[in-house]
Amino acid sequence: MSELVLEMAGVRKVFGEHVVLHDVDLSVARGQCVVLIGASGSGKSTLLRCANLLETVDDGVITFEGEDVTDPRVDADAVRARMGLVFQAYNLFPHLTVLGNVTLALRKVHGVPEEEASARGLAMLDRVGLASKARARPDDLSGGQQQRVAIARALVANPRLMLLDEVTSALDPELVGEVLDLLTDLKAEGVTMVLNTHEMGFARDVADTVCFLHDGVIHETGSPEQVIGDPSKERTRAFLSRLRLV
Amino acid sequence: MPAQDTGAAQTDWQPSEVQRERDAWRRRQTRRSAAIAATSTIVLLGVVAAFVVTSPGWERVKETYFDWDKAVDSFPAVLEGLWLNIRVMVVCAIVIVILSLTIAVMRTVRGPVAFPLRLLGTVYVDVFRGLPLLLVLFLLGFGGPALDLTGLPTSALFWGCAALVLSYSAYVAEVFRAGIESVHPSQRLAGRSLGLSYAQTLRHVVLPQAWRRVLPPLMNDLVSLQKDSGLIAVLGVIDAIRAAQIETARDFNYTPYVVAGFLFICLTIPMARLTDRYARKQGFHGAGGML
Repeated sequence: MSELVLEMAGVRKVFGEHVVLHDVDLSVARGQCVVLIGASGSGKSTLLRCANLLETVDDGVITFEGEDVTDPRVDADAVRARMGLVFQAYNLFPHLTVLGNVTLALRKVHGVPEEEASARGLAMLDRVGLASKARARPDDLSGGQQQRVAIARALVANPRLMLLDEVTSALDPELVGEVLDLLTDLKAEGVTMVLNTHEMGFARDVADTVCFLHDGVIHETGSPEQVIGDPSKERTRAFLSRLRLV
Repeated sequence: MPAQDTGAAQTDWQPSEVQRERDAWRRRQTRRSAAIAATSTIVLLGVVAAFVVTSPGWERVKETYFDWDKAVDSFPAVLEGLWLNIRVMVVCAIVIVILSLTIAVMRTVRGPVAFPLRLLGTVYVDVFRGLPLLLVLFLLGFGGPALDLTGLPTSALFWGCAALVLSYSAYVAEVFRAGIESVHPSQRLAGRSLGLSYAQTLRHVVLPQAWRRVLPPLMNDLVSLQKDSGLIAVLGVIDAIRAAQIETARDFNYTPYVVAGFLFICLTIPMARLTDRYARKQGFHGAGGML
């Protein structure tokens, strides 16, 4: 087993009376792509937000690069600076240019000088095929372009782990492809990723491991061929059959 | 089918050792922060107090501004004056909201037909935001009664209130207009798509959302009005400040001013807390809500 980037053990998250994550265990090795599947409200997004420390877990331990990041003594900002999170609704800053969005963390968090930040930002925008849009405002871009900018923004500081929260759910079908292609490339480059998606075909292609969540519980974990192709649990089968995949 | 199997598990959940340790650490941190905050506050207040009290003129100032007997003596008169401030504020606030909302709506109506309305609203706001309140008070307070309009009272109180209403409505109208324009156009589209008329969309879709957004700045203006209600004293009406002034004039002891100031603060603080509570209830968390 290669080195683990992220490890969740017994993670529990409660919103009021509602148990959103129940005793969740998850391991992500370097270079691996873990895909979370499950219905809306199954806890997929909460899991990613807990990993990014945007939510405080109510029990359990999350280990990131060998460090227990659920320890309240840990500087959460420093941990987040080493991860990239991409949101479903892009969450780009409308008052900044595309390049400004991409370079903000480099300049303000990582202390990269202005010129170097711009150069790295432009290179990253080139990487996602949007170098020509560097001076544009996010609102002037299509959804797919905005999401690629958001991915560039998360990726520019070389995070050890990328968390992608339903990054294609807000996109038109014809725009989904450009974002998924980009993620496939990232996977090929060895970027460690945890993502949740409703795109089963994509999950099957890109995932090393697929986890099926239902009501905050990971019911099934395994290879994409096994979990999506030949689910062993009745609940996984029921979920997939609603998507007409089994 | 929704799963029932997690239900049993969540009732017999017990926090793990590591979670108990984390909770304990967080509680200690909270207590520590509270202790630091309390200590620093006390020290700061102590230093300020010591600095003032040891100043050479402190005894004299204490006599002139913090004379307990004088305070007790002047309290009824100042309080009676304050009652006028409160009445003026309440009446004016209601009229201001109505007038300013009308102006704001006038200024946001689109289409060439509504041009005179927009013009009227714009000119009104420009004029009354530009004029100093004191000037409006003098102009209306002395000019208004002189007009001797039939049906309108000639009292200084009435014309003073009119000046307050005219001045404040110009400001508040701009607050309302900002609120109305901050409601996303898609909300209007959604309203109209349901068959609501322009006015119905405004009334049932736009204004309720605008109202929630502008409430905090509106409360700010209300607090400001509460204090400015004292300005009508220049027309000869006896409010809290004027009453304090009269008390002061008898022996040049300024304690009544301090009494009046104290009473004004007592009035505004509960209002500010009430606004905060209301805003929270309405679901405002601001940008700093979560992180």
